[in-house]
Amino acid sequence: MSQAGRRSGSRGKGHHILIKGGKIVNDDQSFYADIYVEDGLIKQIGEHLIVPGGTRTIDAHGQLVIPGGIDVHTRLQAPTMGMNSADGFFQGTRAALAGGTTMIIDHVCPDAGSSLLAAYEQWRNRADSQACCDYSLSMDIPRWHESLREELEALVKDKGVNSFLVFMAYKDKLQCTDSQMYEIFCAIRDLGAIAQVHAENGDIIEEEQKRMLELGITGPEGHVLSHPEEVEAEAVFRAITIARQANCPLYVTKIMSRGAADVLAQAKRKGAVVYGEPITASLGTDGSHYWSRNWAKAAAFVTSPPVSPDPSTAEHLSTLLSSGDLHVTGSAHCTFTTAQKAVGKDNFTLIPEGTNGVEERMAIVWEKCVVPGKMDENDFVAVTSTNAAKIFNCYPRKGRVAVGSDADLVLWNPKATKIISAKTHHSNVEYNIFEGTECHGVPTLVISQGRVVLEDGNLCVTQGSGRFIPRKTFPDFVYKRIKARNRLAEVHGVPRGMYDGPVHEVPASVRTAAPRVAPCAGKAAAPPVRNLHQSGFSLSGTWGQQGWAGRGHCCGAEPRKPQLRAGAAAQAPSAARKALECSTVFMSMHKACWGLCSQEPQQAVIQHHLCCRKLPSSCWELGKPMLCPKTTSIMVFSWLDPILSDKCYQSPHFIISEFISRKATYKSSRKKQ
Amino acid sequence: MSYQGKKSIPHITSDRLLIKGGRIINDDHSFYADLYLEDGLIKQIGENLIVPGGVKTIEANGRMVIPGGIDVNTYLQKPYQGMTAVDDFYQGTKAALAGGTTMIIDHVLPEPGTSLLTSFEKWHEAADTKSCCDYALHVDITSWYDGIREELEVLVQDKGVNSFQVYMAYKDLYQMSDSQLYEAFTFLKSLGAVILVHAENGDLIAQEQKRILEMGITGPEGHALSRPEELEAEAVFRAITIASRINCPVYITKVMSKSAADIIAQARKRGPLVFGEPITASLGTDGTHYWSKNWAKAAAFVTSPPLSPDPTTPDHLNSLLACGDLQVTGSGHCPYSTAQKAIGKDNFTMIPEGVNGIEERMTVVWDKAVATGKMDESQFVAVTSTNAAKIFNLYPRKGRIAVGSDADVVIWDPDKVKTITAKSHKSAIEYNIFEGMECHGAPLVVISQGKIVFEDGNLHVNKGMGRFIPRKPFPEYLYQRIKIRNKVGGLQGVSRGMYDGPVYEIPATPKYATPAPSTKSSPAKNQPPPIRNLHQSNFSLSGAQIDDNNPRRTGHRIVAPPGGRSNITSLG
Repeated sequence: MSQAGRRSGSRGKGHHILIKGGKIVNDDQSFYADIYVEDGLIKQIGEHLIVPGGTRTIDAHGQLVIPGGIDVHTRLQAPTMGMNSADGFFQGTRAALAGGTTMIIDHVCPDAGSSLLAAYEQWRNRADSQACCDYSLSMDIPRWHESLREELEALVKDKGVNSFLVFMAYKDKLQCTDSQMYEIFCAIRDLGAIAQVHAENGDIIEEEQKRMLELGITGPEGHVLSHPEEVEAEAVFRAITIARQANCPLYVTKIMSRGAADVLAQAKRKGAVVYGEPITASLGTDGSHYWSRNWAKAAAFVTSPPVSPDPSTAEHLSTLLSSGDLHVTGSAHCTFTTAQKAVGKDNFTLIPEGTNGVEERMAIVWEKCVVPGKMDENDFVAVTSTNAAKIFNCYPRKGRVAVGSDADLVLWNPKATKIISAKTHHSNVEYNIFEGTECHGVPTLVISQGRVVLEDGNLCVTQGSGRFIPRKTFPDFVYKRIKARNRLAEVHGVPRGMYDGPVHEVPASVRTAAPRVAPCAGKAAAPPVRNLHQSGFSLSGTWGQQGWAGRGHCCGAEPRKPQLRAGAAAQAPSAARKALECSTVFMSMHKACWGLCSQEPQQAVIQHHLCCRKLPSSCWELGKPMLCPKTTSIMVFSWLDPILSDKCYQSPHFIISEFISRKATYKSSRKKQ
Repeated sequence: MSYQGKKSIPHITSDRLLIKGGRIINDDHSFYADLYLEDGLIKQIGENLIVPGGVKTIEANGRMVIPGGIDVNTYLQKPYQGMTAVDDFYQGTKAALAGGTTMIIDHVLPEPGTSLLTSFEKWHEAADTKSCCDYALHVDITSWYDGIREELEVLVQDKGVNSFQVYMAYKDLYQMSDSQLYEAFTFLKSLGAVILVHAENGDLIAQEQKRILEMGITGPEGHALSRPEELEAEAVFRAITIASRINCPVYITKVMSKSAADIIAQARKRGPLVFGEPITASLGTDGTHYWSKNWAKAAAFVTSPPLSPDPTTPDHLNSLLACGDLQVTGSGHCPYSTAQKAIGKDNFTMIPEGVNGIEERMTVVWDKAVATGKMDESQFVAVTSTNAAKIFNLYPRKGRIAVGSDADVVIWDPDKVKTITAKSHKSAIEYNIFEGMECHGAPLVVISQGKIVFEDGNLHVNKGMGRFIPRKPFPEYLYQRIKIRNKVGGLQGVSRGMYDGPVYEIPATPKYATPAPSTKSSPAKNQPPPIRNLHQSNFSLSGAQIDDNNPRRTGHRIVAPPGGRSNITSLG
């Protein structure tokens, strides 16, 4: 144990720390060594280190030195129904540090309709001025529309956000349809980010809520009755199915029930790249408290998905966490005071959702998993810190005790005990859902950014000292497999001769009436809304600079990521660009059109490449100029635009004449050049 | 061959029939006895029966006498783009009788926008004039509209329909959202109906179809590629979840893949009342043929959900059928001629869906399940006839050989070996998806309504002799358990004192306004379209924002001004 605690943090000095005699625990091994910390980094690990004078020495005999915890899921200062949660970034991160967590990943939850970037900035401002520990941000996607693509790209490229959460619940507010999820997952996969999902079937929940209220059940027990376990399991199953179709890695937040965890574990056995995050509440307590006679206590447990009323759930989840079927632990810390919760005193659907857990997380995992012998100390480090760092791509900066890593360290005393209580916790709420739990394993000293922030039970933090940790895309831990599968995933059609037998005549009147599938490429079903931006006959002439994400496509598929977009835009002088824009390639089912298109030499190349599959569909995008890898000429692909496609369906000649006229424009502009 | 079938009409003697020396097989036990049929009913069972003179006697010589098969899933008049399947009620029921099936339950498929009742009458009329065997009708709910409740009530109360199918696939056409499914299930449960589900995730299929077409795959293999079996399993899982919330029975039509069947089996172990119906195609063949070089052959296999390309699927499904995890067999019979299928020759999504199987069903089940020792004869009767009769409330009129039951009886020869081929089948299509399959077990004599309709390979039928069999709601087989579960499953709130502590002040606007039932993924939904819509700028004038009344709100910033936003942020 250390002496003379205050010295380091308060004076802003003492950035040289030597931790002596501790047992260093990483996720792969444990060993005895000393650690020398300087300038917020781990500088040396070993025995008999040579350190400068004035270095503070901390005695860690009999204690474990572990990488500081990473809480992958918090919602500090989350706005709900016009209220902010009780713990803001200051309170929340203080509580985190008190519990041995030195980094949090908070969720940015933009209002419906507001821009993701604006919300991001808002969260950054709040967190930068208040957080006391390092933090990173995950972005929630409340409403999907095509124009979000560019925001996603900006967030990923410039803002260091590499995880996005979609909701399958909260109908008519945040909920996404399956189609939207597929599109989002495809976009996320192309960006190399992590798709997170809040998995509950919002449709069923809403119906159940109505039913409960009709039955006259208005208390917090109605919350758990209207969010049954199977609804969570169903959504997890569906999310995994969609992610598999999109070949996108999936991360399921808040695994609260046995059914959901089992579905996830089974999917892993079948090869899905999927990660599950149980939270402090689901590991440390159960949902029987919803039936408590004390309204305030019952309401404190309200979160979504709810804590399962099955008392064996915590046991089961900790087993799966130990066996590697679940990977990381979060807290979903989002607290509301009793007065705030009481907004829903007459109607459980109005109770703001969220429980505490950021402070208790490490201790609960230790208590439930390590103490009964389900996992060892290395696994403990893995599920509380290292796995999170790997998945969210801040490894080895975080999540490991190694030379060069951030000096986020925790001295963990496995012999000390502590009883969790609202009286002693650092959160702003009156009820602690783990009230009375005895934990055998306590952080005795916490070092964040090379400074001692917790010592002898005293917190010594500076508001705003937390740094934003940007995260890069394509985490190896997740994406290596995805990339390999992408390469293998290409399917081929069967080369067979043309069918030349008789064809049943479909009366023209019926033909357009009821296409069996949703609007799909080349089938000319009218899009639900006419898109004024996307006529192929654009006048703007500037889209070459908009970047690849600039336009959606109503008839075609989601845009793929082109690999040469910058080059193409830069190389095309503006006149030529305009010309190119006009000379779009029409690919339709009409062979006549095809013939015409392919007369343009560079477009013939495209056709050639398409046919012999030199150009996998993933590297070209409709409507965008790009460099042909072979000939270095610029090519433009366009599907039939919506206006044309309507007409073209009725008369193939229209499209041909349209094409000829555009081609003329193209040629004339070339001559000028 | 049946084409001279008409000659049988004057056989009046066949109104009274004595079947001697047969081994009668029911789903519970089998025994040797004679069987006397009169007026279309089974009048006596036993030995040394006293029968009037002039009775035609059939010597069964120890062969099996089983209740006629019930095919629970046919589409003999399915409209697609203005045409109907080549096998109509006449052609289809003829094929059914030739295969030992004496009753079919056909699907009424109303075009979206037409009323259920009108469509029902249309089907009823067509079947009455053409059908050669008894039939009943399922009604498919292709859209959930105002006034449908009354129509459903009429169908159940007055029209003898007790089963309705809903679709989770066919986006923007038949598909229903989860909310609608919940509503529909709740209502159908209150009517005591059987809820049939076509389980596939239509949203994802639409996306996959787009993707596959973009890759340039237009042949029938695209059909299988765009409907992977996970999507079927997912929808089955979801359907079961919804049904189990409502505590209603659910019946999955066309179980085509291992994973879907496994989901059903697992769910049954947990308690929900789930029934699964594999069809002839999924029990008898697999989806490798989608990759056939012969377009017409590949297209003949196109049905939804598609046949699984995994060749071990039929074996697995037969095993589950034998152990009771799947209960009934249908055929999904809905064949289109090659010329009709060729509508989709350049685009697999246009290929009309449906395979044959009405005639082959009994034989395929016998060959794959009984001849391989997976199930015994009684189980065979159960899965081909009795279970269906119980689920759809026809029992014991159909599905059992007992005094008073309808005289729909088949004399089955387990040793007969027959090769299925398009040359000899009764359907009008050119390709038989079971072509070349050598099957053990075939009907020798088929008796429908007390008349011999099939004997020595010859059909003796006349158009329109089939009767409509009305079915009552609340089949005991399903609803007994449901009723009890309803009673025990009552929910009660906790009685606690009023909360009298402080309440955070938020203004009185309903924040969690329970929104009007909208849809999750159906055509009617008002989700933002995938493209930017200038008519719907999100600069809302109504002004109702979720945090309007938040005192601590951090100020407005219009991020998507009317007229479009600049793209400054994406330049970097």
